[in-house]
Amino acid sequence: MAASASGPQTLVLEGAVRLACGRSLESVEVAYETFGTLAEDGGNAVLVCHALSGDAHVASGPGPAGSERPGWWESMAGPGLPIDTDRYFVICTNVLGGCSGTTGPGSVDPATAERYGLRFPLVTIEDMVEVQAGLLDALGVDRLLAVVGGSMGGMQALAWASRYPERVDAVVAAATTGRIGAQAIAFNEVGRAAILADPAFKGGDYDLDLPPAEGLAIARMVGHITYLSQESMREKFGRRLRDRDEHAFEFVSEFEVESYLAYQGRRFVERFDANTYLYMTKAMDYFDWQPPKSMLPRFLVTSFTSDWLFPTAQAREIVRVLLERNAEVTFAEIASPYGHDAFLLETERHGALVAGFLARALEDRHCRGGAL
Amino acid sequence: MTPAELLRADLRLIADLVPEGSRVLDLGCGDGALLEHLRDRRGCQVRGIEISLSGVTACARRGLPVLQTDLDEGLRDLPGGSFDIVVLSQTLQEVRNLRLLLAEMVRVGTKAIISYPNFGHYPSRLRLGLRGRMPVSETLPYEWYDTPNVHYTTITDFRALCRTTGLVIRQEIALRVRENRARPVRFAPNLRADLAVAVVTRAPDEGIQLLPVNRMYGMRIAPYRTMSASVRGMRNEGACPQIRMGGGGVDRRRAPR
Repeated sequence: MAASASGPQTLVLEGAVRLACGRSLESVEVAYETFGTLAEDGGNAVLVCHALSGDAHVASGPGPAGSERPGWWESMAGPGLPIDTDRYFVICTNVLGGCSGTTGPGSVDPATAERYGLRFPLVTIEDMVEVQAGLLDALGVDRLLAVVGGSMGGMQALAWASRYPERVDAVVAAATTGRIGAQAIAFNEVGRAAILADPAFKGGDYDLDLPPAEGLAIARMVGHITYLSQESMREKFGRRLRDRDEHAFEFVSEFEVESYLAYQGRRFVERFDANTYLYMTKAMDYFDWQPPKSMLPRFLVTSFTSDWLFPTAQAREIVRVLLERNAEVTFAEIASPYGHDAFLLETERHGALVAGFLARALEDRHCRGGAL
Repeated sequence: MTPAELLRADLRLIADLVPEGSRVLDLGCGDGALLEHLRDRRGCQVRGIEISLSGVTACARRGLPVLQTDLDEGLRDLPGGSFDIVVLSQTLQEVRNLRLLLAEMVRVGTKAIISYPNFGHYPSRLRLGLRGRMPVSETLPYEWYDTPNVHYTTITDFRALCRTTGLVIRQEIALRVRENRARPVRFAPNLRADLAVAVVTRAPDEGIQLLPVNRMYGMRIAPYRTMSASVRGMRNEGACPQIRMGGGGVDRRRAPR
């Protein structure tokens, strides 16, 4: 079914996008990919939203050079998978402020013909949703069967429900929160501080060949600690040393966990932009979700036992306010040792839940379509 | 077979007790069989609570909104008065803090329908009394060393619990279940029934009070009513003077406050 994958696409939105901060952006470019075929009645469109470091390539398929590339949610989205690209028309966009094709701080400001850098307006999760809605308008997708996302993607899914309740039938919000706590803001701030303190950062106007690699790598290392759990770190690394049997008595990378984090940091710098990291973390910090007052879609909210970044208590808070609104909400806390990363890894049990939830949403849509 | 016939015997009976269009919460809803029946055939607005992920997954596939929650934590996320009926079907024996849960049930709902296995059933008594072995039966199918059940009750004990928990039993239906067919037991239910279904409400005026257990002795039990009368009573409530709770209702016969 790779043939039904669109490959990387871009579209320039007509008109200006008004942002929460009061500024607006002209000619926003949106990078997106689609998988599967839109049904004639348009009833099978599923928007998948990515997390902090993701992109539009949610399912495996042709990448930028036309070569096959694994999707960031390859075990969840694809033919025969829970977000089944044989049944659903799956759309994924790179978010506003991103660095994988959509307009962001790395884009050129048409007013000055220079890169925005920190002159790019601060964007919110709701602004990301506005841009996604603009893209769907342009693609002729009026309604969404579902919006699905984990972590920051889950925030977008929630924001969709509030912003466009009449356009969404179902929301899947995995490993996410209506508002992050002080602890998560603190970790985001450590990451930002590391980038801002890197001499190569130069107020955001760094040379693309000489980015603030140290700062961004440290930010990613901190991030990775928050994505794992104590249990998964003990399991994965313990106190094991890498390539040696004894301590070196020097400040070199010795423990497995050190070399893992260093590797993740290095790899991240190759594909991600430091300015975008600042904007994404700020958007998460600002997010403060209010559920819609009417026209509520059905919700599936999931959390993972060992996720201490977006803990179950915060998912339950989403559920609680939804219950106050008498929304149809399903909640599950999936036992997993993988921490926040579990939403990307626990595809068997989590996937079965998501698959059933989406399949039923599609059936109910067909029933309703027949009744109208 | 119709879906109704596939339902467990006590669930069929419970389904008949639920007025059409009710807002129903099923505690320990499993794979959602009862809720699906109530939604699709009785036009109810339904919600479930289930502890197992497999149950929640099955319910999601059926389009039933279900929260994965341990009932021992209570129902704290559910607003008060948000249901007409709260069902606890054959789950009571697995709940640790049962009095808290019962109080929660009548906080979030107007009526609670509770089904439970009767440990006072005569084969259980014979097995324990004569053979000296722990009872195992169709409604209590577990060996003592391998059971999820933490509480065993009899019909008489359940009545007493309700009284000390500020609850009034509005109807009680005792049943004998064989091969998933339930027959009402009218005579000597605590001895002859292996399953009971009770419709319970909060005692009027008093709110929920957890009285000390030792005050339950010497009190009169709530009037026992047969199944057919109960079912009729449920559908046509005002016609049953003995369950009106005006001045001298059952709750007034409690020990003095």
